[in-house]
Amino acid sequence: MLRLPLDLQLLNTCAALLLLLSFSMLAQRRVVNLVNLLAMQGGLLFVATLLLAWRTGEFHLFLSALLTLALKVVGLPFLLHRLIRRLGVYWDTEPLINPSATMLLGLLIVIFAFGLAQPISALASTATRSTIGVAIAVILLAFLTMITRRKAMSQVVGFLSMENGLFFGAMSATYGMPMVVELGVALDVLVAMLVLGVFFFQIREQFDSLDLHHLESLKEHE
Amino acid sequence: MTTLSAVTQTLEVIFAALVAPAFLGWVNQCRAWLQNRRPPSVLQPYWGLRKLFHKDAILADGASPLFRITPYVVFGTMIVAAAIIPSMGTRLPLSTAADGIALVGLLATARVFVSLAAMDIGTAFGSLGARREMMVGFLAEPALLMVLFVAAMISQTTSLPLIAESLSVGVHSLYPSLAFTGVAFTLVLLAENARIPVDNPATHLELTMIHEAMLLEYSARHLALMEWAAALKLFNYACIGFAMFVPWGATREALGPLGLVLAVPVLAVKLVIAGAGIALIETLSAKLRVFRAPEFLATAFLFAVLGLLVHLLLGT
Repeated sequence: MLRLPLDLQLLNTCAALLLLLSFSMLAQRRVVNLVNLLAMQGGLLFVATLLLAWRTGEFHLFLSALLTLALKVVGLPFLLHRLIRRLGVYWDTEPLINPSATMLLGLLIVIFAFGLAQPISALASTATRSTIGVAIAVILLAFLTMITRRKAMSQVVGFLSMENGLFFGAMSATYGMPMVVELGVALDVLVAMLVLGVFFFQIREQFDSLDLHHLESLKEHE
Repeated sequence: MTTLSAVTQTLEVIFAALVAPAFLGWVNQCRAWLQNRRPPSVLQPYWGLRKLFHKDAILADGASPLFRITPYVVFGTMIVAAAIIPSMGTRLPLSTAADGIALVGLLATARVFVSLAAMDIGTAFGSLGARREMMVGFLAEPALLMVLFVAAMISQTTSLPLIAESLSVGVHSLYPSLAFTGVAFTLVLLAENARIPVDNPATHLELTMIHEAMLLEYSARHLALMEWAAALKLFNYACIGFAMFVPWGATREALGPLGLVLAVPVLAVKLVIAGAGIALIETLSAKLRVFRAPEFLATAFLFAVLGLLVHLLLGT
């Protein structure tokens, strides 16, 4: 049996834990816990980036690790927690599909993602190419999380988790995006978060709830 | 078969039989602490067993021989299981008799007997408990097998001692897939041993109980054996978990008698930590409705399958 070096093993473990967290997010119904899981995902991403930076010696990966720590572990969860407190949304009731069906769907998505990643991994030359499948799975699972929720809050968490997946995918396929792009994306996410925060208040003012189903009808009075 | 392995085998079975009630007592004690109650003594299960052994057994009218032999069968299977599971050493003379899959079958035998005996008397509660037990069982079993298969794929053998041996070789080798199967195994352990999210071992509220409902007709020595077997089952599951996820410390042939001397305290430490962990999970989670139990076990199965997929993708 061929043994991988220890840092790659750690990276693979980080990838597996990321996937595990994505599944927990899929199953989680409480918005507060959802945000905590997102913060944990950010933490894992930070560890993974640091490991990769140490392995490849690329300076910009150190920077993006620090950026991850500041933004995804501390900044965004803090903002989200404050929003939750102000808006008083703690539960995402009535999921659109029942939980076990969602989980089974998640499993199918993982199989699909792993299959999809096979040819990409074969072409990539990075040491972390085997984790590309995990990154794709995280993206798609976050997408599923967004689809199956009604409340705007949990959809935003799903969106941020999808960004985590993209970041991880870029990291494992090409050792991260160029610094300019990474900074741009980070800023985008931050701004999106702030704008969405304002949106939440507007939505609630209009409909007295954060349920996005109210946005589906075009007229106010039927 | 050397003398040392024979000694290890004997010691392991005796240790399992004697310590299992204390392990259960320890879990109960931790639960009481976490719930701000005054804890019962760790030795409480022993006193309960002693009390029951001194009573006269009463059998229900129309109880068939099956009902009488079930406690002995169940206790026997648990003892055999304890002999197969490598809790102290990995080179056991009896362990070649059955691999991990046969072990799951052995545990299933015990379940079938308990359920049949519960239905034997024909009371409503017995049948109800038996049906629920079978529902939990048939969902938990594939999950447990999947967990075993992942460990078997990593170490290329289905024999539990060899799995423990190959997983404990390099402390520095990490298996990401075991993170998933670890979660799955914990869920299965809770469901199979009638712990809180699925069943409450402390309840006698008829509508929610599963395991207790099946024991309602038993008394005295039969009940004592059934309760002892339940404690042994929890102990066995904990040891299966140790063999797959924390296999370090179980003695190997090469280490000689010193290894065996070291293996006992290591096992004790693992049990103390595992017991506290079980108590913590039980305190933090709420009892699920019976109809939510399939969902709980489906999650376990799903995590085990994910472990398999991750092993295929990331495995070295």
